[in-house]
Amino acid sequence: MTNQSFRDAKGRDAKGRPLVAVTGLGIVTSLGQGQADNWAALTAGRSGIHAIRRFPTDGLRTRIAGTVDFLDTAPLVAPALSQRFAEAAADEAIAQSGIGRPGDFPGALFIAVPPVEIEWPQRQALAEASGQTGPITYTDLQRAAASRRFDPWHDLFIFGTVADQIADRFGTKGSPISLSTACSSGATAIQLGVEAIRRGEVTAALCIGTDGSVNPESLIRFSLLSALSTQNDPPEAASKPFSKNRDGFVMGEGAGALVLEDAQAARARGAKILGYVLGCGEKGDGFHRTRSSPDGAPGIAAIRAALDDAGTEPDAIDTVNAHGTSTPENDKMEAMSCAAVFGDRIRALPVSSNKSMIGHTLTAAGAVEAVISLLTIAHGRIPPTINYAVPDPAIPLDIVAQARDVPVRRVLSNSFGFGGQNTCLVLADEPA
Amino acid sequence: MSEFRDVVVTGIGLVSCAGEGIAAHLAALGAGAPARTDTETFAPYTVHPVAPLALDGQIPKKSDQRQMEPWQRLGVYAAGLALESAGVKGDAELKGRMHLVVSAGGGERDTAVDGAILTGLRAAEDTGAYLNEHLQNDLRPTLFLAQLSNLLAGNIGIVHGVTGASRTFMGEEAAGTDALRIAQARIASGQVDCMLVGGSYSAERPDVMVIHEMGGYLRARDFRPVFDRVPEDEAGFILGSAAAFLVLEAAEHAASRGARALARLGPVGSDRTKRAPGSTEASLAALWAATGLAAPDVVIAGATGVAPVTAEEGAALARLAPGVSVTALGDLTGHSLETTAPFGVALAAALVSEKGLREVAVTVVGHRRGEGVIRVTAA
Repeated sequence: MTNQSFRDAKGRDAKGRPLVAVTGLGIVTSLGQGQADNWAALTAGRSGIHAIRRFPTDGLRTRIAGTVDFLDTAPLVAPALSQRFAEAAADEAIAQSGIGRPGDFPGALFIAVPPVEIEWPQRQALAEASGQTGPITYTDLQRAAASRRFDPWHDLFIFGTVADQIADRFGTKGSPISLSTACSSGATAIQLGVEAIRRGEVTAALCIGTDGSVNPESLIRFSLLSALSTQNDPPEAASKPFSKNRDGFVMGEGAGALVLEDAQAARARGAKILGYVLGCGEKGDGFHRTRSSPDGAPGIAAIRAALDDAGTEPDAIDTVNAHGTSTPENDKMEAMSCAAVFGDRIRALPVSSNKSMIGHTLTAAGAVEAVISLLTIAHGRIPPTINYAVPDPAIPLDIVAQARDVPVRRVLSNSFGFGGQNTCLVLADEPA
Repeated sequence: MSEFRDVVVTGIGLVSCAGEGIAAHLAALGAGAPARTDTETFAPYTVHPVAPLALDGQIPKKSDQRQMEPWQRLGVYAAGLALESAGVKGDAELKGRMHLVVSAGGGERDTAVDGAILTGLRAAEDTGAYLNEHLQNDLRPTLFLAQLSNLLAGNIGIVHGVTGASRTFMGEEAAGTDALRIAQARIASGQVDCMLVGGSYSAERPDVMVIHEMGGYLRARDFRPVFDRVPEDEAGFILGSAAAFLVLEAAEHAASRGARALARLGPVGSDRTKRAPGSTEASLAALWAATGLAAPDVVIAGATGVAPVTAEEGAALARLAPGVSVTALGDLTGHSLETTAPFGVALAAALVSEKGLREVAVTVVGHRRGEGVIRVTAA
């Protein structure tokens, strides 16, 4: 066998599809910017959750979040923040991969962005500019909009702009895709990239999940659904996935970016391969708008689909990077789903939730946690689930309460979201 | 993966101001103006409101109807029509493995609450505390579920049992083109056998007019045909409520279940070129060639009416398809952003299956970005 044919054989998976390599990673969370700072904080068990300083929290039931306060924008609105975080993460990922040239990324862009809306400061500015002194209606806001003074806000508050700006800055090719699958969006961005490479449409994809939407209305919406922890004091103890006293998630912000490449193309250009996305699995759930099927079947199906797609048996998974939101419902369902797939082995399979430290980064979570999963593989260390002081007897998992040094070759990363979204990834050091 | 399979349309669901279903829309196609035009409710803006629908026909549970806002009801309704048209409405097994791509925005508002809060903020001593208090007390908790973009897909799962898995693409007109592009490519490459793809847009919302008035993209005048909106002070789009869904399948999958293929959907051409004079025209020409369009019988243009890109779209079509009849979707339904591409393709498929056309071209040029060319042919 020549060296070349050996490479060819290794460039495809067992199903004959191009293998998808990861050659660049970027991350921004409330713990910091970049892999080094995040990894140091995550493995030290440090929390990025703090009292919200971005806006007044008077009267709110939840007054804490994992906001990213070291990057800001003017105006300080969700799409602008989401773009800023995405840029920082993508800068890091592309620099690490060494792919293309600056401003000329030779592949497609798939970006998970939070749904965009005009925000309250802008609504107030329009109301004021309308000159209306009686009750304000949308007719007044329309009249103010027609003054032409607010024209730049059109692009700021439509859905496609963040992707458009990222595509411009990094020079990605083709029509960029902005997507949402709620809290599994980041994983879906990766899945879309994997599929495009497997189809042979592209040899590289920039996959990003980003979220900068901690603002009063977003927080209150989750609060009104009783989804958030109200244990404000101390903030760093509020997110406690899989604990008996868990009472909801804590909103977080950040971005994760991955450069995915056709493994053969990556090798051909001499790139360092950081790992592989071996498989992606998804399954819809038509049970309820915010709750999962009581039997856990869709979550189980999504995990199994990811393993099947990876050509991997459950026994080959070394650790689970859990969705682990710290809501009573998610953690119970996730534990049940993992138990169904992994059987008795689940009691000894290390499971950890990064959300204990960074909160739930929502649209970004699947991508942020995929980056952390690949760092886990690279370092052979599983970051802890902090605040795991009161185990839930109904959740018989091996929760990693202290950073654990073990060889990790394959990680299952779970993402589940409102609207029946379940997406799972299998990330690995080497092909299956 | 070297296999490339034919992708066929087996189901169509349409809802707009022209009514519902294939026949109503084919009948309205030649009228030259939308069937319903409301110049008063949202004055100075004109809107093409959706025709009255008997929602119970596709959304039998009142509790489901109450849990949704108009853009979701329209979408779920049209998705139901598409499933019915494909003959799969009662096929739980197939729907359980059917994948879904939705192109949509979201963000429905409670305009009364917004207005009251804005009025109160003006006199509030502590605006932060006032906003917090009133958002907490006055927002309906379930409104959030009408604001999340992916909750149209979620509702289609709940109401119709389409639960393979769903993805929602956002990003105005280009989202619709790319939803079709990804769905077609996934089926053609064998990644999936059967998909429901479509979008939904409710124009009857004063908040969307604020967004599109900013930037000057909205036409604040009465209806005028899309390609006649010149000179520049005539330009702009008129919003229309619309929803369109298609059932797409691998040809052999459709054949194996005895389904009639209504039309064939070719690989979808989509791109995003930086807007400059002539760039849209050049992009459409390149995509036209890439999609293999030969001699379309008609063209359905997703033209918005915005200057100067609508004139470029018209000029490109005059060169690419000289003498071919061009129908602006905006003259049938008004502009429906993310729904434009699915609506155009659904209509093209209907023309092929019901009127015997051999090849239909659909073009989509976003008001800010994104160009799409789609080829629909006889199955």
